[in-house]
Amino acid sequence: MSQVLLSLNGLTKAYPGVVANDDISFKIGVGEVHALLGENGAGKSTLVKMIYGLVKPDSGTMELRGQSYAPGEPRAARADGIAMVFQHFSLFDALNVAENIALGMENPPPMRDLAARIREVSETYGLPLDPFRTVGDLSAGERQRVEIIRCLLQDPKLLIMDEPTSVLTPQEVQILFKTLEKLRGEGTSILYISHKLEEIRTLCDTATILRLGKVVGTCTPRETTARDMAELMVGSALKTPERAGRALGEVALDISGLSAPSPSAFGTALKNVHLTVQQGEIVGIGGVAGNGQEELLGVLSGEILTEAGAVKLLGEPIGRMGPAARRALGLLTAPEERLGHAAAPDMSLTENALLTGAVRENLVSNGFLKWGAAREFAERIIEAFDVRTPGPENAARSLSGGNLQKFVIGREVLQGPKVLVVNQPTWGVDAAAAAAIRQALLDLAAEGTAVVCISQDLDELMEIADRFAALNEGRLSTPRSTTGLTVEEIGLMMGGAHGMEVAHV
Amino acid sequence: MDLSAINPVLLIASLMVAATPLLLAAIGELVVEKAGVLNLGVEGMMIVGAISGFAIAVETGSPWLGFLAAAVGGAALSLLFVVLTQVALANQVASGLALTLFGLGLSSLMGQSYVGVKPPRMAELHIPGLSDMPVLGPILFSHDPVLYLGVAIIAAVWAVLKFTRVGLILRAVGENHDAAHALGYKVVRIRIAAIAFGGACAGLGGAYISLIRVPQWTEGMTAGVGWIALALVVFASWKPWRVLLGAYLFGGVTVVQLNLQAAGVAIPVEYLAMSPYLVTILVLVILSADKSSAPAALGRIFHASH
Amino acid sequence: MIRLEKRPQPSRGWSIATPLVAVLATMLFGGLLFGVLGTNPLQAIETIFWEPLFGEFAFYYRPQLLVKGAPLVLIAIGLSLGFRAGIWNIGAEGQYIIGALTGAAVGLAFYPLEAWYIFPLMVIAGALGGWLWAMIPAFLKVRFGTNEILVSLMLVYVAEQFLASMSLGLLKNPEGFGFPGSRNLQQYDSAHNADLIANTGMHWGVVAALIAVIFAYVLLNRHMLGFHIRLTGEAPRAARFAGVRPSRLILLCLGMSGALAGLAGMFEVSGPAGQVSIDFNVGYGFTAIIVAFLGRLHPVGILLAGGLMALTYIGGEIAQGQLGLPAAAIQVFQGMLLFFLLALDLLTNYRIALQKPEVA
Repeated sequence: MSQVLLSLNGLTKAYPGVVANDDISFKIGVGEVHALLGENGAGKSTLVKMIYGLVKPDSGTMELRGQSYAPGEPRAARADGIAMVFQHFSLFDALNVAENIALGMENPPPMRDLAARIREVSETYGLPLDPFRTVGDLSAGERQRVEIIRCLLQDPKLLIMDEPTSVLTPQEVQILFKTLEKLRGEGTSILYISHKLEEIRTLCDTATILRLGKVVGTCTPRETTARDMAELMVGSALKTPERAGRALGEVALDISGLSAPSPSAFGTALKNVHLTVQQGEIVGIGGVAGNGQEELLGVLSGEILTEAGAVKLLGEPIGRMGPAARRALGLLTAPEERLGHAAAPDMSLTENALLTGAVRENLVSNGFLKWGAAREFAERIIEAFDVRTPGPENAARSLSGGNLQKFVIGREVLQGPKVLVVNQPTWGVDAAAAAAIRQALLDLAAEGTAVVCISQDLDELMEIADRFAALNEGRLSTPRSTTGLTVEEIGLMMGGAHGMEVAHV
Repeated sequence: MDLSAINPVLLIASLMVAATPLLLAAIGELVVEKAGVLNLGVEGMMIVGAISGFAIAVETGSPWLGFLAAAVGGAALSLLFVVLTQVALANQVASGLALTLFGLGLSSLMGQSYVGVKPPRMAELHIPGLSDMPVLGPILFSHDPVLYLGVAIIAAVWAVLKFTRVGLILRAVGENHDAAHALGYKVVRIRIAAIAFGGACAGLGGAYISLIRVPQWTEGMTAGVGWIALALVVFASWKPWRVLLGAYLFGGVTVVQLNLQAAGVAIPVEYLAMSPYLVTILVLVILSADKSSAPAALGRIFHASH
Repeated sequence: MIRLEKRPQPSRGWSIATPLVAVLATMLFGGLLFGVLGTNPLQAIETIFWEPLFGEFAFYYRPQLLVKGAPLVLIAIGLSLGFRAGIWNIGAEGQYIIGALTGAAVGLAFYPLEAWYIFPLMVIAGALGGWLWAMIPAFLKVRFGTNEILVSLMLVYVAEQFLASMSLGLLKNPEGFGFPGSRNLQQYDSAHNADLIANTGMHWGVVAALIAVIFAYVLLNRHMLGFHIRLTGEAPRAARFAGVRPSRLILLCLGMSGALAGLAGMFEVSGPAGQVSIDFNVGYGFTAIIVAFLGRLHPVGILLAGGLMALTYIGGEIAQGQLGLPAAAIQVFQGMLLFFLLALDLLTNYRIALQKPEVA
């Protein structure tokens, strides 16, 4: 390492009941791309928030270019040349690009000058962006560009990127990497947070691996195998799901010519979607976030109604049926957002079991609730899916993300669906739970259920799906068999590089 | 019935007076809602402003001090809302209602000894030449200063929201408080300032009723103006100049129905008196289709969790 | 520094304790207020809370407790169903007035006929009147997405004007020497909502309130519709996912609360009040909002809260007569109660932790 930019010495941060960061030390060199690798809950976010001044460490110190560094707030961090591209929550949909960028700067120039500078920087780094477009109308990749340009305008010494590729197509990832290489060439250091091993091996100079709040290893990614890094990260060898050979039955789900507007202001309308899924088949639906995934789940769950014939379940048109009627027929769904959509946060697990299980599990008679039966059902889910909780009377929000997700998926799986549609089934879930969920989907398909798995995790889809299709601006590509599908082909199905044609392709 | 007794020039002039309390309260609430907070306590803050202003004006003999006291009174009451919603994270709808119920009670308690008292008058503007012009003089140049202050506040709010950094930050907080927090903005402090501003404006609006429009103190004299102000913010799609337009529209309805009452139209008084409320409902119906301009974080509770 | 930490799940203990603590805090600060107003605080609190129940004239005040409490509980039960689902009917006062008008109008239409079916018809008319009035904001919300808070509230002012118009016009007592107000229904046996047992205050409205409490309890705890109401309030998106149709729920909740408020108005006008008059309504529709929250939107809680609020009304009147405490002071007192309740509710969902200062 040439010259140290930032060194962390024994950083510790505890929250009630959990030590998020325990005595963390490592150094980031000038012009180095440093990977921070770890599972969900390993403490990456907390660490980064301390560097960015959002959280104060309980103990430990930081040094920036040899000087003591203890930012009281993000503003101070920015003033010291530290910039951060967030994974979530940091753009304002109703404001335009220039306004969004101005909000992230200490002393933004007047709007007209700022717009000119945005154009200039976006051209220099190959990230085309119109300063006066409303952010809510941008694609996920473009939104990320807003964040990156916001950082670059401040001429950062250290750029922190939190899971930047989770919202990009493979082609867009290539472009991002070029931008990052260019920055590295200019002497900017990058702290790159990810759990995707291959991209870390491509891009990063050094990797620090976190597990349960502690540094468990440091390595040079180019010289380390993905498998070794994975084992460091997870702490044990992983069991890959088993995929039994399956016989496909008749067409269970038939979507034809389906178009539907999005219920939310900045959502994506579905345009002429066609898809058939056979019994025993798993169809994986990829695509960058915000290209119609939520809407697709909505038209299948019955939250968004369409023409009757646009969605057929075992030949029966169900497009005009609400969620309860569809459940009765055997079409079950599990949405992406666990808290607030798939489950009611403040309600008990028993009540949440009732939420979708009422009809099929016969938990209601004449409109009156059978609490005993509902509780039993909840207990069955907890038991079968190894949900860690003291009992079904606990509120959904008291569960960890992975446990709640197991509950949500388990709730649908145990109802014996004819068709199951899941969106992001393993998002934010630890590796063990993710493996369990994938196995459950495979087992379900083996029993003859038609499964649609919408996910942004391409590895996951390649692992479990028989056929793959991608959503791109509300359109679904023609599904193709997953065997022999290359990353480039997948990327093109996902729409290549959104809005980048002029600049690169 | 004699409709010819209605003088259009005076009608417009009194329309502007009738609109001012509404306008003041609504522009304050607009700022509050732009910051992502729904304060349903406008009626309560107005009536507390009405009595605070009235009492101080009577005691000191200065309507100016009265208006100052009204702004302070309204803002002080709004701080109770701050405690409930920003500190205790209570539901904003319930807290706003609590504020109104409490404000109504508090004002009648404060106002017991002021029933039937006449407040000092605030002199109207008189610019030689301009104020004496026919038609334009009485409409534009012969009002009390607070009326102009109201229009000035609208202009100021518009300019601040559109052109300044403070305005941009306020809008950002109302749009997505988590993102604003992540960028290091003090969401709660910004909201407290907005709520206090809203309270002060509502207080001014209330005092305008008790000191200029009526002018005297009676219990519950705001009679739903605060609620109409809330509707007006929706009507205005959260745009300041449309608040002015809407306030004048409602002012017009109020003044016309009063004039019709005075002119002895065949419609019973009660039905004329209903009209501002019915117009409010009608306008809400027409404008409710488009909610896209509402601040995205409106009414949502913010708790900074690491 | 003090920090708030969200509890993993709501605390049962605090959810029961907060109303009690709020009442105590209100007594404390209310007492201070009374002190500032020149009344002996202890005496005032005692007059308000003790006198009506156990004082010398308790035999007179106790029935009053039922008379005042019944409409509050009846209305608050209806409101609580909507509030639970995030549907804010703030216009119960208007629905109460309209229910009284339609109920009284049916009764007066039969005058002077005496028949057993008149009172039941009035009950139906009262409920229907309140229901219809509440259907206006419900329909507008479902059809146009109009804010039900503002519409239902505007309709209170409209209803008040309507009441004035009726008591001066259509329903005016033809033998009333030109005074505003209708015939007195207390003097019309078939339409009189008399005490079921003389001098107990136990009229049909009290019975209706008790039935409403039981009905709401069963609905919320044992029935799918009640589950859907709670679910919608807790997590609207999850409710849609579960298959709840929001528009149906809006019509139902606003309809039920309107009908109950209308019933309350009808029982009041045909019983304790006796006649339609300009100032017939005394704000039960608004006080019921406090009752609903004080009872934590729980049927049994509302029953207790209704009793407590009735107590402050009656006690307030006694304090007004005996100690010269202004009527408005009681209103402030009630408002304060709601404040403390909302503020203390924090403790149900959050834990207060002492911690080192941290960048928030």
